[in-house]
Amino acid sequence: MNYAISKEPINVQEVIDKVVQREAGAITTFIGTVRELTHGKKTLYLIYEAYEPMAVKKLEQIGNEIKERWHGAEVAITHRVGKLDITDVAVVIAVSTPHRADAYEANRYAIERIKEIVPIWKKEHWEDGQEWIGNQLETVAYPKGKPEESDLHE
Amino acid sequence: MNKVLFFAHLRDAVGEEFITIDASGRTVADLKQMVLEKYTSVNLENVMTAINEEFASDDDMIHEGSEIAFIPPVSGG
Repeated sequence: MNYAISKEPINVQEVIDKVVQREAGAITTFIGTVRELTHGKKTLYLIYEAYEPMAVKKLEQIGNEIKERWHGAEVAITHRVGKLDITDVAVVIAVSTPHRADAYEANRYAIERIKEIVPIWKKEHWEDGQEWIGNQLETVAYPKGKPEESDLHE
Repeated sequence: MNKVLFFAHLRDAVGEEFITIDASGRTVADLKQMVLEKYTSVNLENVMTAINEEFASDDDMIHEGSEIAFIPPVSGG
């Protein structure tokens, strides 16, 4: 399973191992971690929640998009759910390709797409309250009720 | 019957992870209206909809047994 939602801490090396291939000249690894300060506001911890079966499907879709765009790519993505403390690993993306430029580009593409189409939400807990992120300032409006083609390809 | 799932702020507003409702033969827009009438504190603005784990439009038809999920703007990563 190259695409997974995990309730347990993510083993980074295991994600990397999934994309090892003889044809690859590069593996890039993105590790998303929980940041303490956002716009000066101190986060105590986060809760991540996922619509798990759909989230796995959408991670796989992102992997397939990458394979279409970057020839010879292999992709593995694991996203954590549950309570995460500051510095904990929230997501690991590994991409291998024959040449390094593609591995960097494709990995960047994956994290941006995760933020667009994968049904995962984070709830920020601060000293003075809590809020689901994505419902206010970071809102992206989808007038037709789903992402348009243009939303999906930046 | 149809299972209707709520996530993030919608789950807090509805107070349930899911409800069971008969929405077959109706559109996503119809279902949204039904939910808004039943749960007055719910805000479906900017909320996407999935039918059987795939993004759907407001004018898509809901069939018997389909699973519907209301998906607020996502914030993973």
